[in-house]
Amino acid sequence: MPTSPQIDPSKLNSPASWRDPEAKPFVQIEQISKKFGAFTAVDSVSLDIYKNELFCLLGGSGSGKSTLLRMLAGFDKPTSGRILIDGVDMSNIEPWKRPVNMMFQSYALFPHLSVEANVAFGLRREGVRSQEVKQRVAEMLDMVQLGHLAKRKPFMLSGGQRQRVALARALIKRPKLLLLDEPLGALDKKLREETQFELINLQDELGITFIVVTHDQEEAMTLATRIGVMNQGQIAQIAEPHQVYECPNSRFVAEFIGNVNMFEGTVMSEDSDSVTVHSPDMDNLIKIDKEHATGCAPTQSVCVAIRPEKMRISRDPMDGNTNTTSGIVTDYAYMGSQSIYKVRLHSGKEVRVTLPNAIRDMGDRLTWDDSVYLSWDSESGVVLTS
Amino acid sequence: MKRGSLFLNGSALFGFVFLYAPIISLIIYSFNESKLVTVWGGWSIKWYAALFQNEQIINATLLSFKIAAISATLAVVLGTMAGFVLSRMGRFRGKTILSGWVTAPLIMPDVITGLSLLLLFVALESMFGWPAGRGTGTIIIAHTTFCLAYVAVVVQSRLASLDETLEEAAMDLGAKPSSLFFLITLPLIAPAIVSGWLLSFTLSLDDLVIASFVSGPGNSTLPMVIFSKVRLGVSPEVNALATLMILVVAIAVIAAIFIMHRQNRYKISQ
Repeated sequence: MPTSPQIDPSKLNSPASWRDPEAKPFVQIEQISKKFGAFTAVDSVSLDIYKNELFCLLGGSGSGKSTLLRMLAGFDKPTSGRILIDGVDMSNIEPWKRPVNMMFQSYALFPHLSVEANVAFGLRREGVRSQEVKQRVAEMLDMVQLGHLAKRKPFMLSGGQRQRVALARALIKRPKLLLLDEPLGALDKKLREETQFELINLQDELGITFIVVTHDQEEAMTLATRIGVMNQGQIAQIAEPHQVYECPNSRFVAEFIGNVNMFEGTVMSEDSDSVTVHSPDMDNLIKIDKEHATGCAPTQSVCVAIRPEKMRISRDPMDGNTNTTSGIVTDYAYMGSQSIYKVRLHSGKEVRVTLPNAIRDMGDRLTWDDSVYLSWDSESGVVLTS
Repeated sequence: MKRGSLFLNGSALFGFVFLYAPIISLIIYSFNESKLVTVWGGWSIKWYAALFQNEQIINATLLSFKIAAISATLAVVLGTMAGFVLSRMGRFRGKTILSGWVTAPLIMPDVITGLSLLLLFVALESMFGWPAGRGTGTIIIAHTTFCLAYVAVVVQSRLASLDETLEEAAMDLGAKPSSLFFLITLPLIAPAIVSGWLLSFTLSLDDLVIASFVSGPGNSTLPMVIFSKVRLGVSPEVNALATLMILVVAIAVIAAIFIMHRQNRYKISQ
């Protein structure tokens, strides 16, 4: 693949600039709000995004993620707050003057123009000489492996090819910031997985900052350097993918990302390295390492979140008198790489446990109506106070 | 099944006879030898020859085509602007009233449109001295006025069905509003503009009532000439003229169907 001449190798792969407190953010979103009549789509969101990040805005429909993206592109004007890109206030900069390009969910390819003309559109508007336009378009089309389809009209292309044209068109102006609205949403599952990795490689190679909007948590997990989980117009959590999954900061995030078992309870005691919670759903007390139980104190009502894959399941009673409970298997699904068990505890609460199918033999597998014991480690749970 | 298809065929036949019997009889009578329109006197093309000798009809035809072409063009420009504002300006104060006003001429009886325009022109002339007298200019203005409404409706509906992200994408790639309009919006609404123009052209060519109100002496459009001739008894030349016009319209319609068919094939292959 030919590389774009603008890339400065020293800027590539700068290790996790978002972890460096000294680093200057590339995109600064300051207290931004957007109201449509009485409805608040984005509610005073503040967010810093650093150079070369692949930042994912993750949220359900109506969470305000697309509106935020549209404000970055300049299609919607914020009701209050401001956006700075590379230190420049974007408030009064029209969409066609911003150093930003967007890849639309619908791709928005111009139906009356050929692939070539679609990709060249941005350069022509800049007044680039036609010789150079031709050359750069050809390079870009080669990069997305569409050189042989340059003369075709968009409707003659498959979904995956259209996606590449849209990407090429958005990249050709070498924007400082690329916005991608559900970039893989219209592709089928297999193509989506392939394209995810291509996107990451491309981003790495070009050194452009990406902001991706998606509702697909797996996509966000695969793509992102950091994820911003959005809920009802606000950012619920900003963290690296594994942190969002392992250390969610709220019930919403824990439940939105992946599956989780949630136990309501009361903090009983607290010592130097752990917190003990009593939940009426459990046979025994729950013990959680201090680092996953911040911001709570004895007698406080909290939730304990435990991921299904972090629970062990067995027919034999477990040792110890914390982090164990028992129940009956009510449902069981074999998924190939793993099996999912639903276990009803004595309180009536259903718990989900996943078990990797590490052993092929099906002989002594747990099945419906088995009495089982569950256990987990004190580092597995997370205490959630909101 | 068979009875159903018999019924359908019968209905179709009845419908087509109802629609085309008058036209066919007109075409046949245009080749009539006899001077009397209602009496068949054998085949002849002498009325076609006479038609091309008749300066009054030729001039009226040319005038009508000129008025139709100019007012259709003006209506397309103004109507596209109106349609664009109505569908793209978002919600603004007075939008409902404006869209009502733009479409009002569609349902306004021609007599009222004609009369009100006449009163306006007379009042304007007495106040500003313009338009000095009535003639081609006033007919063009009047036709533009009511054709504009049709164009606005056609363009507005086309714009409403147009994916707005296409325009956003163009802006995002650096297109200023003017180049956005000419490079993206206009090509995409071109079919609506063409059909709006053809519709306006036809409406203008067809109009008798409004033109009668606002035209002056020596500026008779073709419908006005035909109508005045018919009052003195139908001249066979008018049949010949009508036949020629039907021929032109038929060719235009067939061409339009052919182009649309090709475009549809284009779309189906997508």
